[in-house]
Formats: sequence, C-alpha cells, structure tokens
Amino acid sequence: MSDLVNSSLRELSAALAAKKVSAVELATLFLDRIEKLNPALNAFIALDRDKTLTQARGTDAALAAGAGSTLTGIPLAHKDIFCTNGWRTSCGSKMLANFVSPYDAHVVEKLAAAGMVTLGKLNMDEFAMGSSNETSFFGPVKNPWDVSRVPGGSSGGSAAAIAARLTPAATGTDTGGSIRQPAALCGLTGLKPTYGVVSRYGMIAFASSLDQAGPMAKSAEDCALLLNAMAGFDPRDSTSLERSTEDYARDLEKPLAGLRIGLPKEFFSDGMDADVRAAVEVALAEYRTLGATTVEVQLPNSGLSVPAYYVIAPAEASSNLSRFDGVRYGYRAPEYADLTEMYSRSRAQGFGAEVKRRILIGTYVLSHGYYDAYYLQAQKIRRLIAADFAEAFKNCDVIMGPTSPSVAFGFGAKSADPVQMYLSDIYTISTNLAGLPGMSLPCGFGNNNMPVGLQIIGNWFGEAKMLNVAHQYQKATDWHMKFPEQMR
Amino acid sequence: MNWEVVIGLETHAQLQTKSKIFSGSSIAFGAEPNVQASAVDIALPGVLPVLNHEAVVCAIKFGLAVGAQIAPRSIFARKNYFYPDLPKGYQISQFEIPVVSGGGLAITVGSGDAATEKFVHLTRAHLEEDAGKSLHEDFHGRTGIDLNRAGTPLLEIVTEPDMRSSAEAVAYAKALHALVQWIGICDGNMQEGSFRCDANVSVRRPGGPLGTRREIKNLNSFRFMQQAIDFEVQWQINEITEGRAIRQATVLFDPDSGETRSMRSKEDAHDYRYFPDPDLLPLEITPDWIAQVKSELPELPQAMQARFQAAYGLSAYDAATLTASRDMAKYFEAATQACKQPKLVANWVINEVRRFMYEGARDEQEEPLPSEVRDGIPGRDVIRIPAEKLAELITRITDATISNAGAKKAFIELWTGPEQKVDEVIERMGLKQITDTGAIEALVDDVLAANQKSVEEYRAGKEKAFNALVGQAMKATKGKANPQQVTDLLKKKLGA
Repeated sequence: MSDLVNSSLRELSAALAAKKVSAVELATLFLDRIEKLNPALNAFIALDRDKTLTQARGTDAALAAGAGSTLTGIPLAHKDIFCTNGWRTSCGSKMLANFVSPYDAHVVEKLAAAGMVTLGKLNMDEFAMGSSNETSFFGPVKNPWDVSRVPGGSSGGSAAAIAARLTPAATGTDTGGSIRQPAALCGLTGLKPTYGVVSRYGMIAFASSLDQAGPMAKSAEDCALLLNAMAGFDPRDSTSLERSTEDYARDLEKPLAGLRIGLPKEFFSDGMDADVRAAVEVALAEYRTLGATTVEVQLPNSGLSVPAYYVIAPAEASSNLSRFDGVRYGYRAPEYADLTEMYSRSRAQGFGAEVKRRILIGTYVLSHGYYDAYYLQAQKIRRLIAADFAEAFKNCDVIMGPTSPSVAFGFGAKSADPVQMYLSDIYTISTNLAGLPGMSLPCGFGNNNMPVGLQIIGNWFGEAKMLNVAHQYQKATDWHMKFPEQMR
Repeated sequence: MNWEVVIGLETHAQLQTKSKIFSGSSIAFGAEPNVQASAVDIALPGVLPVLNHEAVVCAIKFGLAVGAQIAPRSIFARKNYFYPDLPKGYQISQFEIPVVSGGGLAITVGSGDAATEKFVHLTRAHLEEDAGKSLHEDFHGRTGIDLNRAGTPLLEIVTEPDMRSSAEAVAYAKALHALVQWIGICDGNMQEGSFRCDANVSVRRPGGPLGTRREIKNLNSFRFMQQAIDFEVQWQINEITEGRAIRQATVLFDPDSGETRSMRSKEDAHDYRYFPDPDLLPLEITPDWIAQVKSELPELPQAMQARFQAAYGLSAYDAATLTASRDMAKYFEAATQACKQPKLVANWVINEVRRFMYEGARDEQEEPLPSEVRDGIPGRDVIRIPAEKLAELITRITDATISNAGAKKAFIELWTGPEQKVDEVIERMGLKQITDTGAIEALVDDVLAANQKSVEEYRAGKEKAFNALVGQAMKATKGKANPQQVTDLLKKKLGA
C-alpha cells in the first residue's frame, strides 16, 4: 500500500482496475498522510474527509460498474484559485476566506467527470501574486525538501503537496511562472499549456490575458494524462480555443533522434546561479546522448519581459480585483461611515500588501496620461517577444533553459525586495507573454541538495512534443522519482 | 444679444434581445429583485463574459439604418469605477473602436408651413452593458441592490453637436425613438428606461468657438428633454451675462422644480482607466454577416415614405405620419390593399386610428376624445380594429351604404366594443343611408311644404336658408339619407 504514494497515475489506474486498492482506500491513504504531514508544510488549506470519501465511493461504484476511465478513482487536489462547488475557495486571501463557491470551475468539472477524487484545496500566494508562497493569508507553505525554504509560487501548495506525496497530482495556474517555478523548486513536473487550451471559467482571474491552468505531478506522463482531462473548448470562456480534441500522450514514446533543442543565449547569461547552470548542462548532455542536437537561438527582447509583465499583469489585476468590494460576497469591514469608507476599509483590510502593491501599479499604468507610455508600450513589447519566439522556432523544435535562476531560497530572503522576487520568474514570464506552452521537470539537485528544474518551452500547441521530450528524459533518468526522505 | 445653442445627444437604447449581452439571463422587465441575475451577472469570482451575438445583430441593423460604417473589427473595453450596482467594478463597453461610426438621421423640425428639414450626424454607436439598480427607498438607512438589469445590452448612440434648439433635440430624439422601434432593436419604453437620453448643452456667440458644455443626465421623456434644455440654456446665458464662466459638469433635471442642478463637476470626474477587455476577443463582423442582416432589415421609413407618395399619391406629410411606426405603416398598407382607397385609408388612419391609439399615451397634440369613449378604451397604443375591417367600413362609405358620420359612429363601436362584423354593426345601429330616390323625394316635398319661410328666404337670395332646409331634411331622415342626394334634390326642386 505505501508504495502507492510514489506510483505513477498509470500504476494507480492499474491497481484500481485490478482491485488491488479501492478509490476509498487510496483517498484514505493520502488523507492520512495529509493529516500527518501537512501541519509542518501548510500545503492544504481546506480538507473535508466526508466529502472526499463520498466522492471516492462514487468512483468505486463507477469502477465496479465498468464505467471508469484512466483517471477514475485517483485522488488529486486543487489550487484554491479554482472555484469548487461546496468548498471554500479563498484564493489565498482574507478577502475570500468566507467564500464557499456555489459552482465548479471548468477544470474542476472536467477532472471530476474523469473520475478524479478531490482531496482538498491547496494553499497559494494571495490571488496568485507571488513567487514564494509567502503572500498567502493562510501563512507560507514550506518546501518539503527543507522546511526553512520556500516552495516557490504561486502554486506553492500544489508543488509542496506533490513533493511530499500528499497527493499524486494537483492543479496549478501559471500567469508568469506559477506552475513551472514551484515545480522546479520542489522537484516535480508541471506544465503550462498554450494560452486558450484550458478554459479559465471558474479560475479566479489574476491577469486574464496571461492566466492559464495546467497540471502538476511527478512526471511528464502523468501531466499528459491530466492535460487530456483538463483541456478542451469551453463556450463559457471566450478565449478558450475551439480545436479538435487531441491525445497529449500520443507522442510520449517517440524517440528523440533528430530533435533540435534551441538554447537562447539570453537564458544562459550571468543571471543564473552556478549550481543551477551545472544541473541544466548535465541535462542537456543527457539529451545529446538521447540523439538531440542543440542550437543557439536568440530572444533579443526577453530582457524586457519582466518590465512588460509588471505593467500588463498588474493592469489587468487592478481591474479583475475590483469585484472584491465587500458588496455581494467576501470580506466586508465591520465598521464604516459611508460607501467610500466601506470600499476602502473592506479592501484595505481584505487584501494583503503584495496584492495592494499590484493594484496600485495597475491603477497607475492605466491612468489617464500614463496609459500610452506604459500599457500600450508593454503590449508592443509583448508582440516583439512573441515574434522573437516565432523566429527562434524556425530553427528548433523546443527551447530549453533553466526554469528558475536559483534553487529554493529561504523564507524572507526576497520578500523585502519585490524586484528581486519578480526576477525569480525571469525565465518563465516570456512564455506567458507570448502565449506559449512551457514545462518544468526535475533535472538534479543544486546547493543544499535542493531540486533544480529544467524548462522546456514548446511551440504554440506543441504540448504533445514537449511531453514527448520530457518523458524520454524521464525514462532515462530518475530525478522525478525522488522525494524527500523525511516525507516517507 | 444673440446666442447660439449647441446640443449633442447621447442615447442609451436597451436592445430587444432574449438574454443579456454577456450572460444567458433573461432581460424581462419587472421581475422580483435579483432573480434574473446569474453567476456572471453578480460577478462571482472566476466567471467570464460571453458576447451575445443577437446584440451585435441589433448594432449592425442600426448601423445599416443610419448609413453608418460598421467596423470590421471593434474592441470591448473595460470602464473601471466603483459603484454598488456595478458588480464587476467595471462596465464592459466600447471605447477606442466602436462597432458603428458615422451616419445620421434626417429630421423634421416643427410642422406645417414652419417645418424645416435637418440632418443630424452621428459620431458613433457602441455596445455596452447596463448596470443594476440601487434602491434607496424601503430599506431604512440602507441601500438595496437589484442586479436584474445588470448586463442588459445597450446601444449608446452619440450625435455630433449638431442641434441648435430644444425643438431640434426633441425632433431628433423622436426620430431616433421611432427608428429603433422600426428596425426592431428597442421597445422604446421610456418609462421603463429602455430609451433614455443625456443632452450635452452649451451656448456660444454665433460663429464663435464652442462654449463649455454641461451634460444633463437621464432624460426619460420628450417633454422633460424640452424643459430641461430650455432651462439649462437660459441658466447658462444668465451665468455668462452676469460674468460667471460655465464649468463643465454633469447635471440632473428635476421635473418637479423644472430646474437642472449640478451632480458633479469635472474636477471630481472619474478616470475610468479604459483598456481592452482581455476576457473578450475583438468583435469581428464580416461583409457576409452584414449582408445577411441587411437582407432581414425591413424597408426603412424614408424609403417607405417615398414609395407611399409615388404609389398612393399621398402628401409628404401623410406619408411621414403613416410611417411614424412600422405597425401603423403595415396597417395602412393592409387596409389599402383591401379597399383600394389609399387616400381615404390615409385620412382614417391619420385622423381616427391614431387619435384612438395615442389618446393620453403620448404628448401628441391631437383633439382629445370624448371622455366616455376614452374611458371605454381597454388598451393604449394598440390598433383595435383590424385593417380588413377598416377597409370594409371605408368600402361602405364609397358604395354609399353609410355616410361619413355614420362610419364614425360605427368606428367607435368597432373600436370599443366586442369583436363584431362591420355590416352587422351598421345594421344594428341603423346607420344605413336611405338610397331610395322616391322615398327621399317624398321627404323633401314634406320639408319644403313645412318650411315655406325658409323657401322664400332662399328664393330671396339667402344662402343660409338652403342649409337650414338640408338640415331639416337630414333630421327628418334621422341622418340616414345621403346628404349629397338630399342637396341635389332640394336644388332641383327649388331651382326648377
């Protein structure tokens, strides 16, 4: 039974099909681990054993009736950014600490329809704004590899929960690196799809033109199976793309001979720590062994991605977060003299410092007289960045580089300096601006035995190719199977 | 001193779609508060807008009807401000690139010989969503929020500052009001707020630079519009004359006092921080789509007026009056088809049908109906005699079965009474004319014998005496004789 905590989704599926384990037993196994290990990690912020087991019993019945699919009966947990019917959906904020969602997000609906069992809701940076999970109203998440370090963010709860094997899989969202950076810092595999592949309906908006939901799990194969269940056109999201269904696992077993890997020289410059560089170089050597060739590519405007992002994302956020006004749901200040005071107090008390900082930045850049200089300029840069990638992909099939410039850092190390914190996402942000898919997978360990992530950036709709590239590497290595000894 | 008034209007027309502009909720008026507010309308976390294409069709119809350009690609933008009945904290509207730009409306100002024609240019028309309503009464120091209206589709129609008087502004507003109903995009109900206008008013020296404008908000009747603009113009002239500068402001009209008063000045105007809504794709309208909508568009009032003049020989005034609404125009044509008497039908529709329809409902200045008739009318704005029946009635005049006066009596009965056949009404009310020449001749002889004095006076050259004789003859037949026949017979007998 205990070996199941490190099993792949296919193995779990096989065990369920062979009746070696029931969905209820599997859910119980992970709920018990959560009960034991979560207090030290703070990854889960909502649990409801009855609800979970009821859902598990339902999937057991489906399995018994032969109505199951690959994922039926397998547990997972949702980042608390996804509205989940009957569950508190807080988005890591005091503002929504009392909000129980009356409906399911598209992603939640699809995964439940595939038969997956919800273990609970996962901690995150408040409104997904952060790279260290230190901005959550519910307290920071600890990195299971070293609880004095951050798990990354904003999907830090998802990353820590999988790294500690509290759940086999989780949902995440990625606006500027929020799936890939915590995946790298916690030693797991995470994928941000092409913008529009997964519906944003029911996913609490941070920056609408950048937000994209994706799977987080131990391996590329697991991510492929999860993405199969998550992706698909949704008429409730106008930016959801109407494309024919595809099997993201179809190319997993393709050999890599002839694969051209683009290495942007801008990603291999001075910004990256030596230990990260060393691990990434070893991984690239492994790829050459597998038959790939590497080619230098250029992303000349990538240096502008962080400033462009910190105009566009806060601009959209400042407007997206206006609905949290204390009028209809969520936090309302207990005392106020008039309407203006109700607004200002509710928002001053309900939002944390980082969220307020971004609302202020966003409000400023959209203000009359500043819009052209900031917002329009940033949109132009965004188009240039996308054009750079289009040019680069003429000479390569995938792009690789580090996911994060450093391994997981200690609590408080960057929280005093927002710019330092924002630079954690320097390698991931440009893919969001371009709408491209990106992945992170574990490729070794750096200083203090902390995991290092390798980033793969695919061409638009190149998820299957990316997953193939990642899976072949994971067949040749076992970094993705490692998990912290203290979490056994 | 001479002043020129400059007016531009912004009109919000609520579009007659089945559901809201960005959600599937119904837009029916009058439901219990918040029952027509979905997750999207109340802006729950995570919900997203999806554009209702029906609303776009309305915008295309309007663009075609006013000869405007329809943008092949327009953008939805967020207008950010906080208000409790604005659930998202922003309104989805169009800012830089509206769906419709340019075009205009030909209007007639005044009537009769004083009527003048004018063309009012439109700046733009754009799609947007309505906000909810704040209910300040009934909650004892609190405010209730009703989000049923939130997300209702609106077309905001903006004119150039082309109007030079309140009369022109009202004429434009009435023409627009008729047009949006004509093309079926708005029900025009001003009481329920389906059609509401804001007026931008300024004054200047003729030929001088534009003055500073003040915007009068939410004018929901033509009468208030006229009053509000007239007051505002006089107020601005007084201010300037007394040496005070006009400051840009938003003002409200108080119908009780007949005055406008400032709501907020430019200094505390919002910075709406417009930016393209990332939740919505640009609105793309293909030439095929426009062609499709065009093929479904009804004949427009101006084209129809020209046709009525050419095909039926109607005057420009009659043609314009009959095309004030599509229902009336259709009614006119149906009745004309049935009795082939376009001019008679036009007279009956313009004088009788309209009078009965609009009695008390609009600020039209027709002769009021007698109260006993008015009280008996069950519904206003509804034509209660089918076109075929009016045609039958008119046929009974032309075939001399009834007189014009008799027809009017029958008309009232047909309008106010239960459904019944025209000939039965004529029969039952005894309205049939006596057409038997022998019978009339006998009657005329009796009248002449009994009114020798009048006969003598007539013969002495008093024309009035003849009218008295006709009156006596008609009285004797209880109005059933054909007056023309009576007149002819009298003349024959007296002249012989």
